[in-house]
Amino acid sequence: MNTYPWLTTIALLPLVGSVIVILIPKHNAGLAKAVAFAFSLLTLGAVIAMALNFDANSQEAFQFTQSYAWIPTFGINFSFGVDGIALVLIALAATLVPVVILGGWDEGLESQGSVKGYFALILVLESLMVGVFAATDVFLFYVFFEAMLIPVYFMIGRYGGPQRSYAAVKFLIYSLVGGLFMLASLIGLYVVSAQITGTGTFDFTTLVGLDIDPDVQKLLFLGFFFAFAIKAPLWPFHTWLPDAASQAQPGTSVLLIGVLDKVGTFGMIRYCLEIFPAASTFYAPAVISIAVIGIFYGAFVALKQTDLRRLFAYSSISHFGFIALGIFVFTSAGHTGSMVYMVAHGLSTAGLFIVAGYLMARRGGSAQLSSFGGVNKVAPVLAGFFLIAALSSLALPGMVSFIGEFLVLLGAFQQYMWLGAVATVGIVITAAYVLRVYQKSMTGPLNPDCEGMKDLNGREITALAPIALLIIVLGVFPAPLLNVINPAVDRVMTTVGVSDPEVTFPILGESVTSEGGSE
Amino acid sequence: MNTFTAPEIDYVAISPILIVGIAALLSVLAETFLPRFLRRQIQLMLTFFSLIGAFIVLVINHNLRTITVGGAVAIDGPGVVLMGTILLLSLLSAFLIAERSLDSLGDAFAPSASALPGSVDEREFSARGYFQTEVWTLFLFAVFGMLVFVVANDLLFMFVALEVMSLPLYLMVGMARRRRLLSQEASLKYFVLGAFSSAFFIFGAGLVYGFAGSISLPVIHDSLASTTSETLLIVIGMAMLLVGLFFKVGAVPFHQWTPDVYQGAPTPITAFMGATVKVAAFGAMMRLLYVAFSGIQWDWEVILWTVAILSMLVGSLIALTQSDVKRMLAYSAVAQSGFILVGVVAASPAGIAAVMFYLIAYGVVTVGTLAVISMVRDSSGEATHLSKWAGLGKKSPVLGAVMATFMLSLAGIPLTSGFVIKFGVFAAAIAEGDTWLVIAAVIASIIAAFFYVRVIVVMFFSAPNENTASVAIPSILTTITVAATATTTLVLGIIPQPLLDLLSNAGIFIR
Repeated sequence: MNTYPWLTTIALLPLVGSVIVILIPKHNAGLAKAVAFAFSLLTLGAVIAMALNFDANSQEAFQFTQSYAWIPTFGINFSFGVDGIALVLIALAATLVPVVILGGWDEGLESQGSVKGYFALILVLESLMVGVFAATDVFLFYVFFEAMLIPVYFMIGRYGGPQRSYAAVKFLIYSLVGGLFMLASLIGLYVVSAQITGTGTFDFTTLVGLDIDPDVQKLLFLGFFFAFAIKAPLWPFHTWLPDAASQAQPGTSVLLIGVLDKVGTFGMIRYCLEIFPAASTFYAPAVISIAVIGIFYGAFVALKQTDLRRLFAYSSISHFGFIALGIFVFTSAGHTGSMVYMVAHGLSTAGLFIVAGYLMARRGGSAQLSSFGGVNKVAPVLAGFFLIAALSSLALPGMVSFIGEFLVLLGAFQQYMWLGAVATVGIVITAAYVLRVYQKSMTGPLNPDCEGMKDLNGREITALAPIALLIIVLGVFPAPLLNVINPAVDRVMTTVGVSDPEVTFPILGESVTSEGGSE
Repeated sequence: MNTFTAPEIDYVAISPILIVGIAALLSVLAETFLPRFLRRQIQLMLTFFSLIGAFIVLVINHNLRTITVGGAVAIDGPGVVLMGTILLLSLLSAFLIAERSLDSLGDAFAPSASALPGSVDEREFSARGYFQTEVWTLFLFAVFGMLVFVVANDLLFMFVALEVMSLPLYLMVGMARRRRLLSQEASLKYFVLGAFSSAFFIFGAGLVYGFAGSISLPVIHDSLASTTSETLLIVIGMAMLLVGLFFKVGAVPFHQWTPDVYQGAPTPITAFMGATVKVAAFGAMMRLLYVAFSGIQWDWEVILWTVAILSMLVGSLIALTQSDVKRMLAYSAVAQSGFILVGVVAASPAGIAAVMFYLIAYGVVTVGTLAVISMVRDSSGEATHLSKWAGLGKKSPVLGAVMATFMLSLAGIPLTSGFVIKFGVFAAAIAEGDTWLVIAAVIASIIAAFFYVRVIVVMFFSAPNENTASVAIPSILTTITVAATATTTLVLGIIPQPLLDLLSNAGIFIR
C-alpha cells in the first residue's frame, strides 16, 4: 500500500502557492500569475502521479487514506481518502484550475482590484475543492463544503460585472441556508451514531455501516439533500446560478459550475445514497421528478436567453437535471453515466465559458448574443473551439458527454421506461438552443462590430486545447475513466442495496456496464 | 455546655477569594480617603493586581481539593475552573470598564450616579471633569461574590454570596453616562425583580432546611438518601432555589428583566454581567443539583427540561424580531441559557465539562461582542439600533469581520468556539438519553442562526447610508479585549481538544 500522503500534498500545494502569490509585490502582477500557474501545474502533476498509483481493482473502499485525530472527544478526525469517484473529480478540479489561470491571464482584472488576489483565491479554492472531495469524515467534509463559500464569495463579489455584489450575496445566502440545514442533519447523524454504537462518530465508513431507522433517515436525508440541491443546483433551488455566472469572471464561472457545483451531485452519491439508502429510495420519485422538470425548465429558459453566460448557466441547470436523474434511478448505468456526465459537463462548461470570456474581451465586455455574428469568418480558431465545446454540451457522439448522457438515459429506461422516453426529448431542446447560439454568433453575415476581431493567440489556444483534447479523447476512449469509476459505483450500489433491474436491453445492457464506450 | 469551636480554615485553598475580597475592602478605603485625582490609578492597580494575582494563585494551587471553612466552602475541580473563568472574564471586562477613549465625554459612567438626570448637580460634576471611580469598588465586590458563589457548599453561604454578587451589579447597571433615565429604570427593574427572586431563594432554603435539618449541601444529600418519608417539601424548596438561579441566568419564564437591563446598563457592565453572572449562577446551580439534590434528579430534570425548551424557543423567537443590537443580545442570552441547561440536564462528568466549556467560550464571545458594540457610535453615543449598522462592515472591515466571527460563534457555526460548545452539551445530553431535548435545541439553533446572520447581512450586504454609525478608535484597553476574545473564539473553534481534555480532567463536584 502506498503510504506517501498524496492527498495532503495535493491539498496543501495550492495553499502554499496562494501564500506565495499574496507575498509577491502588487506591481508585479505578471510574476504573481506565473507563480499561480506554476503551482496549479505542480498540483496537476501530483494528481496525475497519485492517479497512476491508484489501484482500480482494489478491495478497499478508499485509497491513499490518512487519518489524524482532530477533536477525539466528538469523534471528529482529519481523515482523507479517495475512491474512484472522488479521484475523478479531484483530477477534474486539478485540470481546470491551470486552464482557468491561463485562460483568464489578462481579463482586465487590473481595473477591479488586486490581480494577485484573484489568482490567490483560485488557488485557495483549489485546495478546498481537493479537501471536500477527499474528506472521509463527514464533519471534515462539511467544514470544507462551507469554507469553499469564502473564496468563491470574494471571487464573485470583487471581480466581475456591475451586479457582482448582488450576485455574490445571493450565492452566499442560498448556500448558507442550505449549509445550516445540513449542519442540523449532521448533528442528527452524530446523535444516531451515538445511540447505535454508544460512541458518536463522524467517520464515513462507520456511518455507512450503521443500520439507521428508515424514519430517521428520511429526516436526516432532507437536510443533506437540501444543501446539495442548492449547491448543484437543481430546479427549483437554482436562481442564484444565472446571476452568479453572468456577473462573475468567466474563470470563476468555470470553477463554480464546472467543479464546485459537482460537490452537490458528488454529495448526493457519497452521502445521501450511501448513508441514507432507505431514504434515498423513498425520495427517489420526488427527486427524479424535480430532476426531469429541471432538464426541461433549464433547456426552455436557455432557448430564450440573450446573454451567453446566462444561457450557459441555464443549460447547466438542465444538465444537472440529467446528472441527478442518473443518480436517483439506481442503476449502475445511471450512476456511471452521472459520473461521466459530471466530468463531461465540467469540460464543456470550461470550454464554453472560456470562449465566452475571449469573446467578451474582444467586444468590450459584452456577452450579448446580438453583439456577435459571423465570427467564424474573422476568428476561425475561436469558432472552432466554440463548436467543439458546444457540441460537447449537446452530447454529440464521439464526445465524452455523449457517453454520460447515453448511460444516464439508459439507466432511466431500465428503471422507468416512460421517464427515459420523456427525458430523451430534453436532448432535442438542448440541441436546439446550442445550435441556435452557434448559428447566431459564429455563422451568418459578419456583424459589423466584429470586424477586425482578432483570432486566438498562442496562450489562448494553449488554454483551450487540453479541454478540446480531453473532450474528444475521453469520448472515443473512455476506458480509463470508466475503469476508475465502475468499482466505486458498484460499491455504492451494494451499499444502497439495489441491483440493476432484470429487464435489460439485450444489445446494450452487457457492453455498457463493462466497457461503456465500445458501442 | 456548648463551646464554640472556630472552623478550620484552609487559607491557601481560599486565597484567590481572599485576595479579591481584601482588594475590594482596600478599594472602599481608597475611595473614602484618597484625593480624587489619585483614585483612578489606585483603583485600577487594586483591580488588575488582585484579579491577576488571584488567578496566578489559583493556577499554582489548581490541584487542591478540599472542603474547608467548616464545610461551607468546597474547593474542587469544577470550582477551580469556574473561579478561573470568572477571574479571566472579569479581567477582560475590566479593560472595557477602564476605557476612556471611546466617548468624547470620557468613560461610560455618570460622574456621579446619584445626581438627578438633567439636574444642576449633574452639569456641575461634568463641567468639573469628575470621573466615576466607585464602580471599581462595586466591581471588586461583585467578583468576590461570584467567586464565593461557585464554591459555596451550604445554602446560607450561597445566599450571602448571591447577594454580595447581585447588589453591586444592580448599582452598576444604573451608572450609565448617557441615556441615564433608561439606565436607572433598568437598574430599578433589575433590583426589584432580583430582590424578589432572592426572596424565593431564601424561602426555598428555609423549606429545604425544614426537611433536611441542615443547610449543608452534602447533609441535604444524605438526608434525601436515607429518607423514607414524603419528599414534596424538599422538591418545592429545591424548585424555589432554582427560581432564584433561573432569574440570575435569565431563563424563561424569569427572563423579563434581561432586555431592559442589557440595553440600559453601560455597555462594559453589560459585558461583565452577561458573561460572569452566567458562569457564577450555572456553577452554583450545578453544585446545588448534583451535590445536594441528586436523590431527586427525576423531579428537577422535568423542571430543567421545561425551562430549557422554553428558554431556547422563546429567546430565539423573540430575538428574531429585535431591531436593537443590545436587546437582541439579551434575548440571545436567554436562548443561550436554554442551551446551557441542556448540558446541565445531562448531569454527567461529560455534561459538567461541556457546561464549563460553554460558559468559558460563551463568556468570551459575550465580552467581545459588547466590546465591539461599545465602539460603534454616532453623535449621541453608542449606536445600537441595527439600522445604524448598515454597511458598517464595508466602512470598517476589520471590526466587521470580528463581529461576524462572534455572531457565527453565537450561531454555532463550525470552526468557531460556538460550534464546539453547542456540540458538547448536545453530545452530553444525548449520552444521557435526552434525545428529544437535543432535537428541540437543534431546531432552536436553526431559528437563532437567522438573527445572528442578520447582523452580518446588515453589516456587509447593505449599503452604508447617512445614518450609518462610525467606529470610534479605542485605546489599547478595548483593543486588547477585542483581539483576545476574537482569537480565543477562533482558536477554541479550531483546536478545542486541549481545553476539552483539561475540563474533563477537572473531575466532578465533590461532596
